[in-house]
Amino acid sequence: MGSSRSSLSLVPDGQQLLQETGFSAAHLLRLHERFRFLDKHGRGHLRSEDLEAELSLNPIGDRIVGAFFQPGQEAVDFPSFVRVLAHFRPMEKNRTCAAVQPERANSRNRKLKFAFQLYDRDRDGKISRTELLQVLREMLGLQVTEEQLQSIAERGIQEADLDRDDAICFDEFRKSLEKVNIDQKMSVRFLE
Amino acid sequence: MENLGCVAGPIFQLWMFMVVFIVLPAMFGLSLGVTEVYIQVLVKILEWATLRIQRGRQEQPSAPVLLHTGIIERVGGSMEEEMWQLRCSRPEAVVAFCLSDGVYFCKKGLESIVEDQVTQRFSSEELASWNLLTRTNQNFHYISLRLTIIWGLGVFVRYCILLPLRIALASIGLSWLVIGTCVVGFLPESSAKNWLSELVHLTCYRICARGLSATIHYHNKRENRPQKGGICVANHTTPIDVVILANDGCYAMVGQTHGGLLGILQKSMVRSCPHVWFERSEMKDRNAVTRRLRHHIAAKTKLPILIFPEGTCVNNTSVMMFKKGSFEVGGTIYPVAIKYDHRFGDAFWNSSKYSMLSYLMRTMTSWAIVVNVWYLPPMSIQDGEDAAQFANRVKSVIAHQGGLLDLAWDGELKRGKVKDSLKEEQQKMYSNIIVGQNNIRTK
Repeated sequence: MGSSRSSLSLVPDGQQLLQETGFSAAHLLRLHERFRFLDKHGRGHLRSEDLEAELSLNPIGDRIVGAFFQPGQEAVDFPSFVRVLAHFRPMEKNRTCAAVQPERANSRNRKLKFAFQLYDRDRDGKISRTELLQVLREMLGLQVTEEQLQSIAERGIQEADLDRDDAICFDEFRKSLEKVNIDQKMSVRFLE
Repeated sequence: MENLGCVAGPIFQLWMFMVVFIVLPAMFGLSLGVTEVYIQVLVKILEWATLRIQRGRQEQPSAPVLLHTGIIERVGGSMEEEMWQLRCSRPEAVVAFCLSDGVYFCKKGLESIVEDQVTQRFSSEELASWNLLTRTNQNFHYISLRLTIIWGLGVFVRYCILLPLRIALASIGLSWLVIGTCVVGFLPESSAKNWLSELVHLTCYRICARGLSATIHYHNKRENRPQKGGICVANHTTPIDVVILANDGCYAMVGQTHGGLLGILQKSMVRSCPHVWFERSEMKDRNAVTRRLRHHIAAKTKLPILIFPEGTCVNNTSVMMFKKGSFEVGGTIYPVAIKYDHRFGDAFWNSSKYSMLSYLMRTMTSWAIVVNVWYLPPMSIQDGEDAAQFANRVKSVIAHQGGLLDLAWDGELKRGKVKDSLKEEQQKMYSNIIVGQNNIRTK
């Protein structure tokens, strides 16, 4: 059993992922272990049912699983898995102006974009009223009536839709969440 | 050949002497202090080994230690607290839906993908130090010659000296149980019979405990020991829990009837004092089970029943959901917390990974078993409380005493999928936050 550096070679695209995502070697190994655990049939990639099993408790579990798969794709390999998880790395402190470097996956903007796409399922850049109703129905289940659902969605749109086009675009979404501490609320911290 | 005979003779005599030396005091519940000395020596050696490894690690900084005790930090409170925090940045929209609500579920979902709280409870706890058993250290790499020699010596001691001794003791203990209970079973019902039966059971379990080099510390023995007519409830880590608890008192066991060796054991045990063994078909019928248990408790002279409500073995870092069946029977519940010291050997039985036999082999070739047992004050169901709530109450008391995490997860989850009702619970909680208050507001 060697040190972790040599084990990194067992991880597909290990070195590249190190640089691209900013995960440390130890974390990458950990995620790889987790990936292999989720891959119950040893296929080398994950299908949506493998991930859904972990999310059966979550009302919007299907959407979260959907975020891992590109449109039309049915399998996600380890590098893609890690790239999605990279959005949830805690933000680095004291970063210099990001204009020069390519935007990291865990920047505030990218995190918000991830959350936005959970709502905006058809990826047309706007959260329409229908999409909002769908998400609300998932989060509330059978606990509210259709009327209550409509009024909640109505209020939601009125609050956020600033240009009155009956849909919420990404900028309006971002404005709506501008006071939220996204780093804390959308990051998963590894224990050292 | 003759030389071998010459050597084998004295060795055999020595061995028999050692066996008797251990069995006799065990039968009378006396301790000669040998185990204490053994444990102390062991602790010194293991501390030395740990220091050696730490020094070795410092010289090789490129080898990070990965611990399995959870890889991500889970902070944050309940759904309500988190939602409130997400919104209190916008005080004017306190109730009603906010776009930031989705962020809560998103984060929870990602946390579950990276690590779920159930699976890690069913793999063995990884040690931060090394107890000279390679099986517990997955990151072992060569540190020094001295350490390897000590480890080699350890292997020899464990497999060639301790193992045969322990097997002998265990066989003596179990055969004594079968013979003893059979004999006692012939006596007519009387208090003498009960006393004898208790003696037989106790001595057998004490011998078995010696057979595992078990050091058990009982706390609160005098005040809270389970009484007749009650139900004793404990967290479950290994089948050895039964031996640990029965060392200090007599219990009526509950379980399924088995065939083979275990079946013989069960049949003979029931001859001397009433245990509750169920046929497989009976176990499915919950009412039948509850009735029999009630019947047993109602006769106040019968021994307290021992039940493990988790229903399955958990790795002793946490307590999983208690099945409410045992709490519906009525009667007083005597909670007991059991915590194993992991420095000396991993007692957890991972039934999906090891069969019973290989588990016993592993346990008998570990150094020792050091356990803390806390007897907790008796509890009964309160008015307005249902069985599930009562079960949770008992569970948190046990978890608190044993220093274990109190989890709401069902131990059976390791076998099957999560029920849909859990998702509904999440939806209910969320709707209470948004809609529950909306009904009060006039707008």
